[in-house]
Amino acid sequence: MLPLIQYEIEKYGWLTVQEFVDIVAIAEMTPGPIAINAATFVGFRNAGVIGSIVATLGVSLPSFIIIVALSKFWEKYKDHPVMVAIFSGIRPVMAGLIASAAIFIAKAALFSEPLLANSGLAIDFRSILIAIGVFVAVWRYKVDPIKTILVSAAVGFFVFMG
Amino acid sequence: MKKSITLAEMGELFVAFFKIGLFTFGGGLAMLPLIEKEIIEKRNWSTKEEILDIYALSQSVPGVIAVNTATFFGNRRGGFWGAIAATTGVILPSLLVIMTIASLFVQIQGSDIILRIFNGIRAAVAGLVASAALRVVLQTAISRTAIILGLIAFALNVFTDIHAVWLIVGGAACGFILNYVLKTSGK
Repeated sequence: MLPLIQYEIEKYGWLTVQEFVDIVAIAEMTPGPIAINAATFVGFRNAGVIGSIVATLGVSLPSFIIIVALSKFWEKYKDHPVMVAIFSGIRPVMAGLIASAAIFIAKAALFSEPLLANSGLAIDFRSILIAIGVFVAVWRYKVDPIKTILVSAAVGFFVFMG
Repeated sequence: MKKSITLAEMGELFVAFFKIGLFTFGGGLAMLPLIEKEIIEKRNWSTKEEILDIYALSQSVPGVIAVNTATFFGNRRGGFWGAIAATTGVILPSLLVIMTIASLFVQIQGSDIILRIFNGIRAAVAGLVASAALRVVLQTAISRTAIILGLIAFALNVFTDIHAVWLIVGGAACGFILNYVLKTSGK
């Protein structure tokens, strides 16, 4: 999605390259899906609150229309033997995709600190301890993920000092 | 699918997806642990198998995965108006937070405090996603065929540039051939 955003933005001259890089960084660090955050930001920069709303609606509307149509079809045929067979093949593929994405996310979060300037590629034990703590909390003790995010934000504030 | 939806049900959908949107940091996958908690465990609106199916469909069509997923669940719970409630819920936190940051000209990239907090959140998301991924792997590894398919998809996604959609299409073809064509022709 990001290459598409970059192409459209450059076409209309809405942002400079540096502004685009900044916006992607902000979209990643703020709550909400990255694509929605980026759209809201570009809209705001160019036309304020109305621009934000219009850009966000614009990026959401195709999804909305396609999914409303698709889910009608899915509801109707999901118990058909052909669909059951198809999804029996899709589910393990999704598990493989999710597992590889989890490894990608863990690698980015735990083994480098590009955001903190003081170190290069290194194992960060503070991040690893937080991640393990969260894993155990949700896996073993069924703690609400939202609580673990709030606690980790506070822990991060203290342990990443200096 | 329910055709009519009360205002209270719309409110409930909105609240569930507002929470999911507010605590999703990153791309579509970062939503999964929150969806499991809010949609399956707390509200019993779906099953773990169904989540995977909806996720696969959301990833296979154009659009923002998070919006696709919210629209899908909303539509399932309460038709068109359910979809509106869930989709509005998932995008509203982004709108509010980004508009606040942009209008106050808060420089969040350079801020040491924000970076420290974000590092903590990012580590938490890694732990949450790992837990959700392990659950999904254990849940789908029900047969030798499923394990092999999952491993192939994993390896292709890690070591090649093939787009996830083609892996999903490949899995669909394998499922169709193995569990429909071969089974019906064997009778």
